[in-house]
Amino acid sequence: MKNLHEPDQMRGDFELTRREFIVAGTAAVALTALPGVGRAQPAATTSQSALPLTKVSFNVNGKLRELELDSRTTLLDALREHLHLTGTKKGCDHGQCGACTVHIGERRMNSCLTLAVMQQGASVTTIEGLGTPENLHPMQAAFVKHDGYQCGYCTSGQICSAVAMLREIKAGIPCHVTSDLTARPQLTAAEIRERMSGNLCRCGAYANIVDAITEVGGKSA
Amino acid sequence: MKPFTYEKPRTPAEAAAATARHPGAKFIAGGTNLLDLMKLEIEAPGHLIDVNGLGFDQIEATPEGGLGIGALVRNTDLAADERVRRDYAVLSRALLAGASGQLRNAATTAGNLLQRTRCPYFYDTNQPCNKRQPGTGCGAIGGVNRQHAILGSSTACIATHPSDMAVAMRVLDATIQTVRADGATRRIPIADFYRLPGDTPNVENTLQPGELITHVTLPKPVGGAHVYYKVRDRSSYAFALVSVAAIVQRDGTGRVALGGVAHMPWRIEAAEAELPQGAKAVATKLLAGAKPTEHNAFKVPLVERTLAAALLEAKG
Ligand SMILES: Cc1cc2nc3c(=O)[nH]c(=O)nc-3n(C[C@H](O)[C@H](O)[C@H](O)COP(=O)(O)OP(=O)(O)OC[C@H]3O[C@@H](n4cnc5c(N)ncnc54)[C@H](O)[C@@H]3O)c2cc1C
Ligand code: SF4
Ligand code: FES
Ligand code: FES
Repeated sequence: MKNLHEPDQMRGDFELTRREFIVAGTAAVALTALPGVGRAQPAATTSQSALPLTKVSFNVNGKLRELELDSRTTLLDALREHLHLTGTKKGCDHGQCGACTVHIGERRMNSCLTLAVMQQGASVTTIEGLGTPENLHPMQAAFVKHDGYQCGYCTSGQICSAVAMLREIKAGIPCHVTSDLTARPQLTAAEIRERMSGNLCRCGAYANIVDAITEVGGKSA
Repeated sequence: MKPFTYEKPRTPAEAAAATARHPGAKFIAGGTNLLDLMKLEIEAPGHLIDVNGLGFDQIEATPEGGLGIGALVRNTDLAADERVRRDYAVLSRALLAGASGQLRNAATTAGNLLQRTRCPYFYDTNQPCNKRQPGTGCGAIGGVNRQHAILGSSTACIATHPSDMAVAMRVLDATIQTVRADGATRRIPIADFYRLPGDTPNVENTLQPGELITHVTLPKPVGGAHVYYKVRDRSSYAFALVSVAAIVQRDGTGRVALGGVAHMPWRIEAAEAELPQGAKAVATKLLAGAKPTEHNAFKVPLVERTLAAALLEAKG
């Protein structure tokens, strides 16, 4: 039986996944009902159980977390399935949508395209670490104010991406639409759109997202 | 994903020893291409050697007046380096035209050079593909082949190399420095680095198994106006249909390389002699022997037009 969280499901390998799901149905439901028993746990296949788990520790939102993981576990799955930080979303699982964007150190990264074991010793910040409902990060507050979302699925990735993107502009990192490579990049709508192109929004909230980022960028500049 | 064991060596010697111990192991750097392919089981290494602990993350001046770029320098940092922006702007431009901010933060110089094709039949494991599974045929020939090669293709494979950075590296005459599993080092000019598909499209470059890229060096700056012009289906976050990397001097001489048209960045030095005559003359020479497919004949005129646009931009 394959791990239900493998991207097969998203590739239309539906026959197999559905059968597995029915076979595993009761067990899966029972497991997910128990907090702390993630469905992405390994040992679902014989070859899997032959592999020892790898110890990994990294800092997430200011707390040291230690995990024992199947080496195949992506940072995204470690966050969502093992640490239950489900604010970070899985959209495509292939680096194409940006829903899984988190900060590793100061930088935005796609957590679906890095292995948790590769992040030994790293400092990871997720949407949960940026702000809380009582104490929103200015970017979170601006998304609320400007209606920078509709369904909200892409939003945590958009916000994490936007916060780090403003740091990139501040650090003078150029982008595709920067006309003069030797000058400091400016915070224009065209710059924001290009720099945020790794974050897709199926609901098309783009105009409001640009407004939210412009407001925060203007204040911090 | 197929199971694998994982290690993170601290020195190139340890990395070399690891490749010797594990035939079929793969290096992983940013992981943005390899993990994508491992999830689809297109790549299934039994052992991963994480090269992120090896250093090689600096950009340094060379005694010859050029730049030595560590294999692990991230695409973001290479594009933003002041010397690159000033003296090798075509490289900054090519990097910034590729992928997304998040991906460029993870992607490395070596990983970018070695990224694999985006041919949809290569990605679809239900389809025949000589590159993925030698001997099974080519789904793209006779299939939907709009993005595919018009130059240097074979009856076995018509895939293109997807890297933007590599096109700029080609026009800059970069050299790839490596260390082999036995500790021997070598320097491979980028002109000799990539291979045409021929009968073995699964062999994409001249690296040997276990050979580690340590640096990519650029010769001293050649001046001129630097342009990277990329034509794609949307204006951001898409691979090139056709791209042009150009360095043009005041007297109209210069260099050009094409992306999106072949299994490697496409540069023909003889075509460059035509640069003062303009885009049409250059395109005619570059496109000699072009074999468009059923769906990509548009790339032939697009090469000339993209060249014309790039040359116009170079004039300022
Ligand atoms: C959605 C998406 C859009 C993209 N768009 C573009 C685009 O428009 N233009 C573009 O050019 N690219 C694009 N890319 C590709 C991206 O640039 C590559 O994935 C990236 O550059 C690969 O670098 P990496 O360090 O992550 O490589 P990895 O995935 O870590 O490795 C790639 C390959 O290189 C090998 N390798 C890595 N380091 C070394 C070394 N030091 N020595 C020997 N072998 C090594 C690995 O074994 C592997 O085979 C896109 C990618 C995605 C996911
Ligand atoms: S063009 Fe090359 S990569 Fe694409 S299906 Fe044919 S053999 Fe495979
Ligand atoms: S889930 Fe990572 S980019 Fe889509
Ligand atoms: S708000 Fe629905 S995908 Fe962006």
